[in-house]
Amino acid sequence: MTLTHPSALPATDPNDWRDAVYELFRASAIRQVVYVPDAGHTRLIDRCHADPDMHAVVLSTEEEGVAHLAGAWLGGDRGVMLMQSSGVGNCVNMFSLLAACRLPFVTLVTMRGEWGEFNPWQVQMGRTTPDILKISGLTVHRVDDPADVAETVDSALRIAFDGSQGVAVLLSQRLIGRKDFTAED
Amino acid sequence: MSAALLDRRDVVARLLADRRDLLVVSGLGSATYDCAAAGDDPRNFYLWGAMGGTAALALGLALAQPTKPVLGITGDGDLLMGLGTLTTIGAQAPANLSIIVLDNEVYGETGEQPTATAHGTDLTAVARACRLNAVDEVADMAGVEALAARLHAGDGPLFANIKIAPGNPEKVLPARDGAYLRDRFRGAVLGDAA
Ligand SMILES: Cc1ncc(C[n+]2csc(CCOP(=O)(O)OP(=O)(O)O)c2C)c(N)n1
Repeated sequence: MTLTHPSALPATDPNDWRDAVYELFRASAIRQVVYVPDAGHTRLIDRCHADPDMHAVVLSTEEEGVAHLAGAWLGGDRGVMLMQSSGVGNCVNMFSLLAACRLPFVTLVTMRGEWGEFNPWQVQMGRTTPDILKISGLTVHRVDDPADVAETVDSALRIAFDGSQGVAVLLSQRLIGRKDFTAED
Repeated sequence: MSAALLDRRDVVARLLADRRDLLVVSGLGSATYDCAAAGDDPRNFYLWGAMGGTAALALGLALAQPTKPVLGITGDGDLLMGLGTLTTIGAQAPANLSIIVLDNEVYGETGEQPTATAHGTDLTAVARACRLNAVDEVADMAGVEALAARLHAGDGPLFANIKIAPGNPEKVLPARDGAYLRDRFRGAVLGDAA
């Protein structure tokens, strides 16, 4: 299937890793991007919404996204879930679907609670997220350097869709930048 | 409530009798057994777990296959666990998706503990508030007949709550290896592209 590159979209900034991930989604024929928002995903979410070849779907909870992407795959669509580390906790039982049906699954997780975190309520899921993902059967890639993001996401997409595996890419809090609670926005 | 509640097996058999290109996702427990009892089909995706996930899985499928009718059929307990998904479905508004609840007002699989629908939660009203096209609660086989035709009308997202009689009919167990169910479903829907 050929894709028409939408012309009305914001131009890709080659120095912005979020744009590089978006371009990778297009090149990898990602059709459904489901998410519960995190500030770190904002630009990527906006770009997916602006793309007429993608369904960008806001979820009421992250566990929905696991089931949603299972359905998408059954119907022949590749998808990705965007969430923050707290959302991983919401997914745990639904991850059993991935194991039971050996489904491909990719999630990009913005990490909170692990680096200079102001909000102590984020710390628990920041600490437990990598282990929860691993014991749930997912392969975990972690990225700290913006220059490594696209390559890492590419690896995740290949592992998932070439071999029917679950993969999580953790985008570290150092990479995203810690949330500034004193700023105006 | 009328004296004679509908029999779940009669309802599901009628919904699937003339299924044509309908893709079916069934919720864990009784809905899965009902669909198997109506006749196994590679275009049935039976859930044996993932409680709360039936409607979300059906939504992802409906978006991926917009030219085919998709039915998510499940129990009230399963729908209640993922009730927020109705808001997601309402926002996406896929015309080819139908969600049907077999509402026996209990968690039948686990010992018939009453669900919130036994205490008056009105799932039809909830679905309407989430902007699904919800038909009035179905209470007789004529209503089921009409609903079976609506599944193919493409004027969804459709929602129907069907009050059914309590009691667990004899279990009809379909395959439960998820990877097998996945492969045969994708083979049936996608053909060589699977
Ligand atoms: C997360 C989770 N919690 C609890 C259960 C146990 N459980 C299995 S089936 C079921 C009840 C399902 O009720 P409903 O969807 O109304 O179907 P019914 O059995 O009444 O037809 C429950 C609570 C489970 N499988 N998963």
